[in-house]
Amino acid sequence: MGLLDKYKTLLDTAKASGIPDLQYAEQEGVLQIRGTAPNADTKNKLWDVYNQIDPNFLSGDVVMNIDVSSAVEGSQVRVATQESNLNIRKGPGTDQPIVGKAAKGEVIILISRANDQWWLVRTKDGEEGYCYAQYLEPVE
Amino acid sequence: MYGSTLNGIIMKNKVKSWVFILLMTTSVVVGAISCKPKVSDADLKAKIETVTADHPNVVVSVKDGAVTLSGTVASEEDRSRLAEVAKNADPNNVKSVANELTVEAAPIVTNTDDADLTAKVADATKDYPSVKAEVSSGIITVTGSIEQARVQPLKMALDALNPKKVDMSGLTVK
Repeated sequence: MGLLDKYKTLLDTAKASGIPDLQYAEQEGVLQIRGTAPNADTKNKLWDVYNQIDPNFLSGDVVMNIDVSSAVEGSQVRVATQESNLNIRKGPGTDQPIVGKAAKGEVIILISRANDQWWLVRTKDGEEGYCYAQYLEPVE
Repeated sequence: MYGSTLNGIIMKNKVKSWVFILLMTTSVVVGAISCKPKVSDADLKAKIETVTADHPNVVVSVKDGAVTLSGTVASEEDRSRLAEVAKNADPNNVKSVANELTVEAAPIVTNTDDADLTAKVADATKDYPSVKAEVSSGIITVTGSIEQARVQPLKMALDALNPKKVDMSGLTVK
């Protein structure tokens, strides 16, 4: 069974999710999926569908990178760590010194997206620095 | 006497010139209705090119008002939309649109710079001490062990780095 068939439900969900720049292609045996979802819920839904088709993602035949368009500069983002506090660092990288912390569930301001992995943020206390983007979820 | 004759001549001339103006106007109006203003193929081509400008690989050609679109676009939607857009650019003068566009999706770019990817993977897996990740030719191979609830966040973080593949088959899920 081809990957486009195997992941048909995922692709159909993505197509129906209002992702204007949706792109997908099978490349070297891996289904690459890219696009910008309108909100975090849509992105999470796609990941749920993907997980249902390939439990724990063990097949390794999909790489899905879905951005969220509501994560714009000046918007609010929620700290979505597993349980710990989120480090706020001086620069974009885990080798950078920690200048502050944000609690799980805390809502902070996204100042700018330094790159896909590191976003510059400011807490309510005025602490400013870089956080790992995967732990930040746009507040709708 | 003399004055009235002069007036008569002027009057006659006035009437003549009015008739002349009327005739001229009528002929211009009739002319305008009978033959439409003809837009040259070059003008039509230029007009259509302004609405297809977002698609640099699309070639517009026009012959006697018949438009042909050729070249490549990224999606089927673009293909049908452009034909529509070309027709609507000048509906009165575009006689037909031949859609010879082909769909050729741009390949999705993956990160094949192993050094860059390795550094990013280190950041992404920092909070997963029981997980080991290695990078080779753009492929991230994950081994070690992980709690069930953290598999998805890990995979999301790694996929966000645009690797060629994320191989988690060697990862033990607890």
